[in-house]
Amino acid sequence: MIVEAGHFALILAFALSLAQASAPLIGARRGDRALMAVGTSAALGQFVLVALAFAALAWAHLASDFSVLNVAENSHSAAPAIYKFSGVWGNHEGSMLLWTLILAVFGAVVAGFGRALPARLRADALAVQGLISAAFLAFILLTSNPFERLSPAPFEGRDLNPILQDPGLAIHPPLLYLGYVGFSIVFSFAAAALIEGRIDAAWARFVRPFALIAWCFLTLGIAVGSYWAYYTLGWGGFWFWDPVENASLMPWLAGTAFIHSAAVMEKRDALKVWTIFLAILVFSFSLLGTFLVRSGVLTSVHAFASDPRRGVFILVILAAFIAGPLALFAWRAPMLRQGGLFAPISREGALVLNNLLLTTVCAIVFFGTLYPLALEQATGEKITVGAPFFNLTAGVLMMAIAFATPFGFSLAWKRGDLLGVAQRLTVAFAGGLVVLVGLVAFVRGGPVLAPIAAALAVFVMLGTLSEVASRAWRRGASLGVTLSRLVGLPLSFWGGGLAHFGAGLALLGLASTGFGAETIATMKAGATQTVGPYEITLDSLAGRTGPNYRETVGEMTIRKDGVVVATVEPARRLFATRQMATTQAGIVTLRFGQVYTAIGDPGDDGAVAARLYWKPLVTLIWLGAVVMALGGALSLADRRLRFGAPAPARSAAAAAARGAG
Amino acid sequence: MTRKGRRLTLIGVALAVVGVAVGLALYAMSDSIALFLTPSEVAAKTLKPGTRLRLGGLVEMGSVQRGGGAMTFAVTDSAKSVGVDCAGACFANVPDLFREGQGVVAEGTLAADGRLSAEAILAKHDERYMPREVVDSLKRQGLWVEGRAKP
Repeated sequence: MIVEAGHFALILAFALSLAQASAPLIGARRGDRALMAVGTSAALGQFVLVALAFAALAWAHLASDFSVLNVAENSHSAAPAIYKFSGVWGNHEGSMLLWTLILAVFGAVVAGFGRALPARLRADALAVQGLISAAFLAFILLTSNPFERLSPAPFEGRDLNPILQDPGLAIHPPLLYLGYVGFSIVFSFAAAALIEGRIDAAWARFVRPFALIAWCFLTLGIAVGSYWAYYTLGWGGFWFWDPVENASLMPWLAGTAFIHSAAVMEKRDALKVWTIFLAILVFSFSLLGTFLVRSGVLTSVHAFASDPRRGVFILVILAAFIAGPLALFAWRAPMLRQGGLFAPISREGALVLNNLLLTTVCAIVFFGTLYPLALEQATGEKITVGAPFFNLTAGVLMMAIAFATPFGFSLAWKRGDLLGVAQRLTVAFAGGLVVLVGLVAFVRGGPVLAPIAAALAVFVMLGTLSEVASRAWRRGASLGVTLSRLVGLPLSFWGGGLAHFGAGLALLGLASTGFGAETIATMKAGATQTVGPYEITLDSLAGRTGPNYRETVGEMTIRKDGVVVATVEPARRLFATRQMATTQAGIVTLRFGQVYTAIGDPGDDGAVAARLYWKPLVTLIWLGAVVMALGGALSLADRRLRFGAPAPARSAAAAAARGAG
Repeated sequence: MTRKGRRLTLIGVALAVVGVAVGLALYAMSDSIALFLTPSEVAAKTLKPGTRLRLGGLVEMGSVQRGGGAMTFAVTDSAKSVGVDCAGACFANVPDLFREGQGVVAEGTLAADGRLSAEAILAKHDERYMPREVVDSLKRQGLWVEGRAKP
């Protein structure tokens, strides 16, 4: 009954989304306030209904109602509650429902908190948002109904795919979807601005908070996914340049470009047409990502529960939502007025370069991901484009971005002084150079790019710090004055600084992967192997039983110079329901590096194949991403950027008018 | 600087960046791309030993032999099969979903005896998953039953 109620709520939500897609649009054209207001209530109502549908499915999973096909195929009565719950989106139907729920959440946020926005812009944006909702709700209802019943109901479910029984599943998809779908708001506002045919600096001010929120979540989502792939064996490590991974990187690159160009638009009223174009591009890449993951057209390590027949439906949605706004863009863009002027050497100029490089990297990733597909369609030849291609192309360009970052961050708006900036960056440059020379001189082996990347990472971090210092410190100023100046710097400046510093950290982590060590050996209990600076002893192999699996655990002790520093427990798990084994890596973080261990199945002689790795500074990859997201959040907290912040005079006037009425 | 001059600067920089990107891409394309082939295609083409490729197909039933820190098996598409040697880092990283009768993709180089020396065996998230290339190949031979990959 609850399940049918959920299904019904979803159908109602679809009907409401149709109303949301049409009424406000007509209202805005006619200047009919009542029709425009339909958008607000429809968006809120739609959120409530989709949330009910999601809750119904979650209830079915938690209560292990195996008469629901989706539950029977993806859950098990003995599974821990967290995997019962995350199993809701651990399958195609449920994950699309989560996608739509997040879409509805963002629509409701615009409806609920967007009172300060211009009425017509908000109405148009909500209409576009309704249109996206309608498309995806139709997709769920027509091709992937999560509420389908099964008769007769089985006594036990098939269990969630054991590889997905991991805390990563609970966190990664929701974060990633918050990022992907968050950009839908940016897209809707861009479409609304094109429909209106008018755009100004205020538009960027409305949109930037949404873009920042989406960007923060996307950054975190990618980082969590990367860490998950890193500790799961057989997924190719923290970054494999797999199509599904690239699918999340493309919106991130375009989104990063967007928040930078939106800053130019907001501050200087320039780059307007380009910013609108990027807004459309970002969400197009989000949709493309959804299509690539859901349709299985590309061979991916991360493909699961994909179905090409559904792919056609998403392809149609994709084509409509990319072609439509692009056509609108081609028609309207020439009417948008060009904005402020700036010299090539200036903050704006640097941000143009940033955008140029980021979109080029994005284009390369796009090309490398889809070229095999295009080639196969054209010639029938099947190839794979893998890590070497992307490392050489995207990797080198990302390093160019890293080199330019401190310059852009230090240049003044409108007309900058490159020589002065270079002087201020002397310390950072020297620091980078020391690292480069040190690594080349003292560390043998490793890829050629690794020392360069490490040097650039140090350059970015020191460059960011020196800019912060130069903003606060004046020759002869006392410590107290300097500190109060530091505190007085705008939060958005701190946010930008923190994000750039985080990017440097992540780059340093990536560079350090070139300096790790690995040992692969067959070990019996009591055996010791050396990896990097550590000696690892396999103390014993023991059997254990978990809620829905049995496992063999290898107890290992890690010593450095004879002193015990940590213990790890890599394991092999066997899940009875699906007769499937998984490998649980034993990982311990030592400073910022990690010792990573894994074992295979024990042989007849009681020996196991063991893999032992020492990965110095590897955690910086994800810590850096977290710092970047924190920077975004800090920027978001800046008063100037607070969502829909009304001009004080206007709100006072409005209050007076309301009081009078 | 005039508006025109600025625009020219921008276009110049943009062309330079795109030029570098295209150059890098072309250079990278020339030696870092692997062919994706099925066993029948490997048999049909005369490939030089040392060719990089990804071999996709099903793990032939009864072909898996382990021992001594190495493993051999055969990848089949029901028509032809190709032997695969998997030792060292490849053997240490055999994914959990590797099983006889399952879809598999092995990446490596072709040895002189026509076997594949695998460097990596790629796993999928889903044990029901079968590489699309394998599905295509099975379809061509009429061995594919629509919906068979589903339970």
